[in-house]
Amino acid sequence: MNIAVCVKEVPSATSQRRLDPGTKRLDRSGDSEPNPFDVHALEEAIQIRERGADVGEIVAVCMGPGSAQRVLTKALALGADRAVLVTDAALAGSDIAGTAYVLAAAVGKQDADLVLLGQQAADADCYVMAAAVADHLRRPLVTQVAELRLDGGTVKAKRQAEHGYDLIEAPLPAVISVSDAINTPRLPSIKAIMGAKKKPLETVSAADLELDAARVGGDNARSVVREISPPPAKSEGLRIEDAGGDSAEKVVAFLSEKGLI
Amino acid sequence: MAGLLVYVHHDDGEFSPQGLGLLAKAAGLGGEVTAFVAGSGIDDGWAGSLGGHGAAKVLVADDAALGGLSQPIVDALAPTAAEADAVLFGAGVVSADVAAGLAARLGAGIACETTDIAMADGGVVATRPALDDTVMVESGFSGGPGIVLARANAFPVREGASGTAPVERVPVSVDDWSQRASLTGRETAEGGGVDITEADILVSVGRGMGGPENVQLVEALAKALGGEVAATRAVVDAGWVPYSMQVGQTGKTVSPKLYIACGVSGAIQHKVGMASAGTIIAINKDGNAPIFEFADVGVVGDALAILPKLTELVAARKG
Ligand SMILES: Cc1cc2nc3c(=O)[nH]c(=O)nc-3n(C[C@H](O)[C@H](O)[C@H](O)COP(=O)(O)OP(=O)(O)OC[C@H]3O[C@@H](n4cnc5c(N)ncnc54)[C@H](O)[C@@H]3O)c2cc1C
Ligand SMILES: Nc1ncnc2c1ncn2[C@@H]1O[C@H](COP(=O)(O)O)[C@@H](O)[C@H]1O
Repeated sequence: MNIAVCVKEVPSATSQRRLDPGTKRLDRSGDSEPNPFDVHALEEAIQIRERGADVGEIVAVCMGPGSAQRVLTKALALGADRAVLVTDAALAGSDIAGTAYVLAAAVGKQDADLVLLGQQAADADCYVMAAAVADHLRRPLVTQVAELRLDGGTVKAKRQAEHGYDLIEAPLPAVISVSDAINTPRLPSIKAIMGAKKKPLETVSAADLELDAARVGGDNARSVVREISPPPAKSEGLRIEDAGGDSAEKVVAFLSEKGLI
Repeated sequence: MAGLLVYVHHDDGEFSPQGLGLLAKAAGLGGEVTAFVAGSGIDDGWAGSLGGHGAAKVLVADDAALGGLSQPIVDALAPTAAEADAVLFGAGVVSADVAAGLAARLGAGIACETTDIAMADGGVVATRPALDDTVMVESGFSGGPGIVLARANAFPVREGASGTAPVERVPVSVDDWSQRASLTGRETAEGGGVDITEADILVSVGRGMGGPENVQLVEALAKALGGEVAATRAVVDAGWVPYSMQVGQTGKTVSPKLYIACGVSGAIQHKVGMASAGTIIAINKDGNAPIFEFADVGVVGDALAILPKLTELVAARKG
């Protein structure tokens, strides 16, 4: 069995995130990292192997600009066996529909029985890609999975919805998005970081994937940003930098001033 | 059908308030609003009651395959949706999966986390706050129906809704592949215990508290303040505390006088459940955490070190 994990390049949590007022797209010039939610998906792939499933290979798949190579190198250090970067000027500015089409095509070529994604992308805050990819691949889907077990050729998953937990089973091949509570990702060892550079990282173009050019890229996006503007004004909060627990007094003073204690 | 099509999700015989709120919003935009209900053994009278919430007409897809998972619903909805100007979805796990599957099926544009909808230049325009709600983004659609997925609690349900709309049944054809996943069981919230929606003071535990062994630090502060303990999905999913304590999109919506978030990042899906609290205090060691964007008091520091001190001071003050 092979596992493909979708890993998105997102701006680092510490970088200043903004939309470029000209292109109205995310400014990707700062530092980037693998979407933290996807690191849980990758960790789950590794744990599936460690729990004894016969996992042939774990391949990390990303669609993004050339800079996303760094993110895939991190995915290789974390434990992926190989990586595929789908990168092409023709794909820049693709919307969700376009991205799902590309990812499904890329993942479809990996001979993967299980496709794992994160619960959401930290830059987009949507939670839609897994369902869109599953529809393209015509494979069963389970999203927001907090517990995953493989039983022969069947995945058994537990996921939270509005009423509590659903228990869902699906035969492989399947598409699964995982919750950030499914596991605690390990940190890569120095040895793994060094070894990552020796693992295969392949770059593929839109032509390699035989994509329909009319379905991808900013010009063919079906959802179009018209305007960006500042949010409604709100009052600045009070900021307290703690040093060794000394903020407790300030918090108590605030609470009593507000009549909350 | 031209006009706006609103998919109204339901569970256990109850319509999702997210879908009902969206119907009311859609009805206020002018134009004809059609509701779409999918399930098995749907009662026409019940479906028709969506008229009171803003639907001029209700389409019902009724088939044994429509048992609650998203993929068969996409099959049932796609033919009608392809003809609509826009298809609107309330927030929700299954609802979002249907919206996303439909976007792929139709190659349609999708706008997520929508908090406002308007008509402009003959089409639907969806507005969302993005990048931790630091910027507002307005999107339109081209080349087919636009798909709009709302943010949780963005659109209030009509109060005292009454009235009915005509119901029409649509033919349903479900593919084999979309029935491969099956719902085999459910674990619903256990009854009893504390109802966190009633509490005036909530102290919430996030993954930053490190582990279940530290939940007691949050409990101690809650007790000193005379409040209750709440939690994020991450710690509920990880089994630290029961689901009944969860605040957020798939948990409870709370509006206590005071909400103290400990080791909580402030993800949108958590924020939508507690943003209306009177006063929000956040303790987080990462000065960039999204929760600082909307906290009244943001303490940058280690909650494990701060909580015992805070509890002691509060207890002394109250004692
Ligand atoms: C469809 C859907 C529905 C969802 N529904 C919900 C929901 O109902 N409720 C909900 O809560 N979430 C929900 N989520 C999940 C949500 O997106 C986040 O994943 C979740 O809220 C994160 O929980 P957290 O803040 O505890 O953990 P994290 O995001 O991991 O944040 C932990 C925080 O703790 C801080 N920290 C670490 N150590 C310390 C320390 N010693 N002291 C102080 N701070 C520390 C870190 O800086 C970090 O900011 C949903 C997601 C999706 C996609
Ligand atoms: N460009 C991309 N490349 C690889 N994976 C992606 C990309 N965009 C989204 N994903 C995957 O889809 C998941 C959910 O993203 P979204 O629904 O866009 O928030 C992420 O956690 C990733 O696993």
